[in-house]
Amino acid sequence: MFEQLIQDLAGDNGSLYTGLKYFSAELWLSGTIVVMLLLRLFSVDRWIPTFAVALAGSAIALWGLFGQFTELMTANTDVSIAFFGDMLRQDLFSVFFRMFLSLFLILTIALTVLTGIPDNEDAPDFYALLFGATVGMMMMASANNLLMLFLGVEMASVPSYVMVGFLKGRKPSSEAALKYVVYGAGAAGVMLYGISLVTGVLGTGDMTLLASRLALVSDGVAGLGDPEVCVVALGIMMVLAGLAFKLSLVPFHFWCPDAFEGASAEVAGFLSVASKAGAFALLVRFCLGLSGVEATAELMTAFGVALGAVAIVTATFGNLAAYTQNNLKRLLSYSTIAHAGYMLMAVAAMMVMQNSDQAAGLGQEINAAVGGLLYYLAVYMFMNLGAFAIIALVRNYTFDESIDSIRGLSSQSPALAVGMGVCVFSLIGIPPFGGFFAKLMVFAAVLKSAEIHWFMYVVLAFGGLNTVFSLFYYLKIVKAIFIEERPAEARAVTLPSMEGLYVVVLAVMVTLLGFFPAVTEGLSSIANAAGNAVLSVVGG
Amino acid sequence: MTPEFLLSAIIFLPSLGALILSFLDSKAVDAFRIGTLVVTAVTFGLTLMLWSQFSYDEPGIQMLVEADWVKTWNIYYRLGVDGISLPLVVLTGLVSMLAAIASWSINKQHKGYFILFLLLETGMMGVFLALDFFLFFVFWEVMLLPMYFLIGIWGGPRKEYAAIKFFLYTLVGGVLMLVAMLMFYFNTGGTTDSFNLIELAKVASGTSETLTQTLSPNMQITAFILLFIGFAIKLPAFPVHTWLPDAHVEAPTPISMILAGVLLKLGGYGIIRVAFPLCPYGAAYAAYALVAIGVISIIYGAFAALAQTDFKRLVAYSSVSHMGYVLIGLGVWKIVEATGETQNSDMWLMGINGAMFQMIAHGISSAGMFFMVGVIYDRVHHRDLNKFGGLMGRMPLYSGLAAGLFFAGLGLPGLCGFIGEIFVVLSTWNFNPTLAIVAASGVILTAGYILWALQRVYLGPEYRGPHAEDIKPIEAREATVGVILLALAIVFGVFPGILFNVMEHSTAELVEGMKLGYEQAASQVSTTLQAMR
Repeated sequence: MFEQLIQDLAGDNGSLYTGLKYFSAELWLSGTIVVMLLLRLFSVDRWIPTFAVALAGSAIALWGLFGQFTELMTANTDVSIAFFGDMLRQDLFSVFFRMFLSLFLILTIALTVLTGIPDNEDAPDFYALLFGATVGMMMMASANNLLMLFLGVEMASVPSYVMVGFLKGRKPSSEAALKYVVYGAGAAGVMLYGISLVTGVLGTGDMTLLASRLALVSDGVAGLGDPEVCVVALGIMMVLAGLAFKLSLVPFHFWCPDAFEGASAEVAGFLSVASKAGAFALLVRFCLGLSGVEATAELMTAFGVALGAVAIVTATFGNLAAYTQNNLKRLLSYSTIAHAGYMLMAVAAMMVMQNSDQAAGLGQEINAAVGGLLYYLAVYMFMNLGAFAIIALVRNYTFDESIDSIRGLSSQSPALAVGMGVCVFSLIGIPPFGGFFAKLMVFAAVLKSAEIHWFMYVVLAFGGLNTVFSLFYYLKIVKAIFIEERPAEARAVTLPSMEGLYVVVLAVMVTLLGFFPAVTEGLSSIANAAGNAVLSVVGG
Repeated sequence: MTPEFLLSAIIFLPSLGALILSFLDSKAVDAFRIGTLVVTAVTFGLTLMLWSQFSYDEPGIQMLVEADWVKTWNIYYRLGVDGISLPLVVLTGLVSMLAAIASWSINKQHKGYFILFLLLETGMMGVFLALDFFLFFVFWEVMLLPMYFLIGIWGGPRKEYAAIKFFLYTLVGGVLMLVAMLMFYFNTGGTTDSFNLIELAKVASGTSETLTQTLSPNMQITAFILLFIGFAIKLPAFPVHTWLPDAHVEAPTPISMILAGVLLKLGGYGIIRVAFPLCPYGAAYAAYALVAIGVISIIYGAFAALAQTDFKRLVAYSSVSHMGYVLIGLGVWKIVEATGETQNSDMWLMGINGAMFQMIAHGISSAGMFFMVGVIYDRVHHRDLNKFGGLMGRMPLYSGLAAGLFFAGLGLPGLCGFIGEIFVVLSTWNFNPTLAIVAASGVILTAGYILWALQRVYLGPEYRGPHAEDIKPIEAREATVGVILLALAIVFGVFPGILFNVMEHSTAELVEGMKLGYEQAASQVSTTLQAMR
């Protein structure tokens, strides 16, 4: 009887088990949280280290997702199934992101093991928070309903607040957490209000139906003169504001430098990549949900152009503000903001192309825009985590995270120095590193979309300019490591092999993603297929 | 040896050497020096082997290599050589080998230096041999990283400033080139040949069989400007030359040799391989600007060189001046406005040949001049022209070699510098006599600063500057480099045909293709104009 009840609640008869299968990775991660906490309750964590359990749990989740991935790749890549009463969606796009997140989870856990944050006492708490945030981000990646959008964002955010403040007793850490919470709460409130406006007018929270409902409401062409359309547009802007907060786009970025400076480098690395990935997945789904119907095309092109403008401001601001920073985490947090700007350019290009009257003929290019975003995120995972990891590893020797702590590092620890060099050059976007290829794909999408709207030429120009701007502060890092002498009084950085190995693995991945045919081609075709999958449900 | 293997070996042998060196203990200084010398010598041998397999009568690309790289983006690993790239490939091999000999003077962090040095050679060879736009771009940027570190770590007092300036300028050019590259990619539909430089050139001249698109005149102009700025920075041409004096002065001697001998040629090569054939209409549109910039560079560079008191800075500005001839030689494409036909295209062809020759000649003479400055700097640790004098008596062999190389740079008949300059100036007469006269008068200024420098450094009664006691006669190792370069300067000055025979068919084909391309684009323009009426 109980089963029947759930079946009815789930709404779609018989598909509950398939839904549970799709959801298995999240369930595994949640199960691991419970196990980790229980193990401490019975003091088993003295014999079995918590990180081992965490690693095992996330590895199994990754393995399960890989199974789903191969199934989708061998069968039909552009299939997209809504489950759990159309709340979530299973397609290659979502699986790509969830695999990405669980792989990133493994890498982050490995880093925390190497750096020793958290200690044994706190490990179960820390990993529980880390897993909880990841589950939230995975839900963001597969959300199909505005309600799930909100739940996913909140579920990812709340553990993040705690993780930022995890270094108990450090004042900057608590301050950062508080700042993050206040901003986060404000953004969540605005977003929730926006969601209520959108669903209130359109009568549905299903993101794939938004465009067609908007067309119905507006009868004819959706223009801002129509009060109902106006309300929806306001709602959309509020939802975008909430997502912009997660993406640390200007002007919703203020929390980012403070939170990253206060948090430990490991947490900052995790947040800079993972929460961005989840938010971009959501943004793409939300934007596509509003596109693809003739009536809304004009309005949505305007939104696309506006996203392009926000991208310009974000990238420019991030790069210029980073220049004066001396704290490495703060510097990298501004670089994170700038990179969010680059990635947003791909979304803007996608919106502009998807809503043009030539959209039917541009299928491949729209695909490539989404694919470029995914490729960028994948490369970004390795290069940004690499940079934060090196900061964390050096910090353990020098107890310092300022740029002075890495001066002359190349003479003491060549492995870390070269690793940082690779990551930084990839962040600038210089071949043969992955960052270049990612940037190329984004710029290509923007150039293509410029044929439709002239403003995208401006976006492209600023993209290029920003690459040059960013050179200054990235080279500050390189210069400190390679050109300056290590001060005599600086604490020595000597490295056990494991830490060097970890950095080398990340650096090698960044390099392979830049020029190694099998890797680049494999990932870019998967990314394009994932883009195709998410596009298959456009326009209801 | 199959061409596939040969071309790839030329590019990647230095990288392989760098990989092997990275396993050696960092204290084995001699192992690094000799290892690098051996690797560069073998690479040079391979480039000579490439020359021996090269067929002089074939104008197009020879020994074409094509393999998949990133198929989703239609990026291929395409290599090949023709009469335009072959001399530059051999020059790169030679200058790299000589720079490796000159690298004995490097006195810190040897391991890093030699690894980066070899990686740099890979990048340079790659640019000259790549025939895929994407591959070309990748090698172009790859070169940047080793160069940044080589200047930044082993350079002089203002090395950090010089290194970042070099990086910044080149990156700006790279970004512009990237945009142009994407423009071509999308304008030709993103198919398998959309990054193929040879096929894109055929599209521009309307003879392509695989790509049916045409490149619109406006697009050609935009792309040409983007590409030209990128290449002009590297060349360097006025007003984007300002990185060069800094980079040259701060860089260690062997790196200065490579900078002057090879890196500057990349700019000229980029124009002749990419910017010209892909946008003939843009090139014709900007011809006057090209020649004018070239003339300004010659005169400006020469005046700036006259004003220098730093010996190395003087040679650096002489590079700006000499590379101006390259730009003029390429740009003297005179089109009769009324008919749209090329006036005296043989004169333009002569200009291109002269520009090509000038690149090689400058590669030899300026590498030699920088080396000669380095030799004396290693002894007296200063480069102030006003504190030299009387070296002829203390170091006779050195002074003789230096005088010969400086005369080669001056353009004395019988030495290599003369041929390129005279070809270029002659062809400019057809284009615009006034500009030709101005360009030719640059020779007087050149003679002025070079003779004055020779007088201040080598002549005079005795050396009164600092470290007089350290002046020792030139070593055998140093003399080898000088003798080889001077010998080549004489050989090419007396037998210029050695080079012209290699390149003339390819340059002639380039000219024909561009004429076709211009006519096609011009007819497109006139049809649009008529339609508007």
